[in-house]
Amino acid sequence: MTRVLAGRVASLGFVLWLVTIIAFVLIRLAPGDPSAVMLGSDATPAAVAEFRARYGLDRPIAVQYLAWLGHVVRGDLGNSIYLGRPVTTAILERLPVSLTLTLTAFVIAIVLGITLGLVAAYWHDTWADRAVSAVAALGLSLPSFWLGICLIYLLAVRWPLLPSGGFVEPWRDPPAGLRHLLLPAFALGYLQSGLIARMTRASMLDALRGDFVRTARSKGVGELYVVVKHAFRNAVIPVLTVSGIALAVLFGGAVVIETVFTLPGVGRLLVNAVVRRDYPVVQGTLLLVAAWYVVVNIAVDLLYTLSDPRVRLRTS
Amino acid sequence: MARQTARRWRGLGPAADLALAGLVLLVVFIVAGPWVYPVSPTLVSGSSRLQPPSWEHPLGTDQLGREVLARVMAGGQQSLRVATLTMAFTVVAGSVLGLLAGAVRSLDNLLMRISDAFLALPAVILAIALMAVREPSEGNVVLALVVVYTPRVARVVRGKALLIREMPYVEAAHALGARLSRVARRHILPNATPELIVQATFIFGYAILDEATLSFLGVGPPPPAPSWGNMLAEARYLVRDAFWISFFPGLLIGLAVLAANILGDGLRDRYDPRKGE
Repeated sequence: MTRVLAGRVASLGFVLWLVTIIAFVLIRLAPGDPSAVMLGSDATPAAVAEFRARYGLDRPIAVQYLAWLGHVVRGDLGNSIYLGRPVTTAILERLPVSLTLTLTAFVIAIVLGITLGLVAAYWHDTWADRAVSAVAALGLSLPSFWLGICLIYLLAVRWPLLPSGGFVEPWRDPPAGLRHLLLPAFALGYLQSGLIARMTRASMLDALRGDFVRTARSKGVGELYVVVKHAFRNAVIPVLTVSGIALAVLFGGAVVIETVFTLPGVGRLLVNAVVRRDYPVVQGTLLLVAAWYVVVNIAVDLLYTLSDPRVRLRTS
Repeated sequence: MARQTARRWRGLGPAADLALAGLVLLVVFIVAGPWVYPVSPTLVSGSSRLQPPSWEHPLGTDQLGREVLARVMAGGQQSLRVATLTMAFTVVAGSVLGLLAGAVRSLDNLLMRISDAFLALPAVILAIALMAVREPSEGNVVLALVVVYTPRVARVVRGKALLIREMPYVEAAHALGARLSRVARRHILPNATPELIVQATFIFGYAILDEATLSFLGVGPPPPAPSWGNMLAEARYLVRDAFWISFFPGLLIGLAVLAANILGDGLRDRYDPRKGE
């Protein structure tokens, strides 16, 4: 089993390596030399030559890539052109904000999604089931930024219950931190709960038809216990998979939500970098997002084995 | 031909039929609307700024006195253009790459690993990053979205190609001397068409959502040309005074994407009942 897991880690590491190529090639797609972009069009030829030598742009592209990769694996993502600071520092400063938002949204998505899915499966083909389907379909379609703006209008302007933006570190001031997180995390998490609810419903419908559920009921096991302990435990694997996807996607969705609620996270960093053509920051953020995807996938693989002893990570 | 289609039309279930009707209505509203309501979407009017919806200003006016109704229709045209072009190019590029991967074993591994890497990046993030190296124009938004979604379509076509390739009748076609290109055109592509239609419907919806997201973040086609996304970006600061400016474009994005998603689900259930729950 460890060997299979090692294989998974290796193939995900390979994916990460391919992403470094994408991130590196991306910059070369920019019109002209990076020096033209970074120095401006009125730079002297001497300045351009100096710049090219300093950043190794006069060397063959494969050498440039390897040199860059060498720095990346040591955690050095280069210097931000606009901020004049190491990209790694800039990202690490903003990472706690994005992670807090993503994880809070994830908790909301899971709790909401699984609850809705259980309700829909237990009372399937009733009005409750159809209501859950509608809620899930809306979640998959509404633009998160619009939902965020509507929430701000309703809960911060019309009925001023919650702040409309900004970030307070929850580990410094838990109540205020939570109040600031509630709206953005809900706007982000609700959208992913739809997918989780759909998967929970489908998987639970299968499990509830199982013989072991009938047996448990005929033994007189309480209904809640049957649903949660017997049926859901057997339905959990697909839900885990889709939750893993949700967790990976949420980190990307945080980019947009951070803009709506003016949270100083990695997403703001990326968007500003794109507008300012600050390429090293764009590269660094891409790598971070891909790394997040890889870590989440490995975590999900590990959880499979913990949640269901029958799974011994068959090769996929 | 038309009569035959009409006779065979059995509907896709109430939800998907409604979604299809809604999508058609939305297109009519966006395309024909400006004839019925010929007001310039960029006409600035200092005397009628931030007017709430009324008979005179059906959806209200924005901070420069421009008619929200006119802007919503003009923005919708851009969304439709971007979504339609993205859908068309993605289906073509995805089919070509998918067929190549499915037919040529030596290419298969390489193409699929590359698509793995693309799939490790959320669509929106990749599109945003691509916009960093291109001018923010409508064509480049389409290009970015095509790059983002092509691997997804290619995977679907490849899967189908691998399946069909092993069928006895394809073997027979080979034995009869049919070349690879003929097998791809005559046997694999027709078999993959239902899946392609389903994927195309979803991509149409995603493209509307992603175009709006890029515009909202300020990396889409630049103002003053209105788009649903940049209307929301400008209106975001006016939520306190003029909520209607953000409400209507967002509502239309939501409705368009919702209709495309429901239609896609309906089509999938029709073509492959096993995949729908």
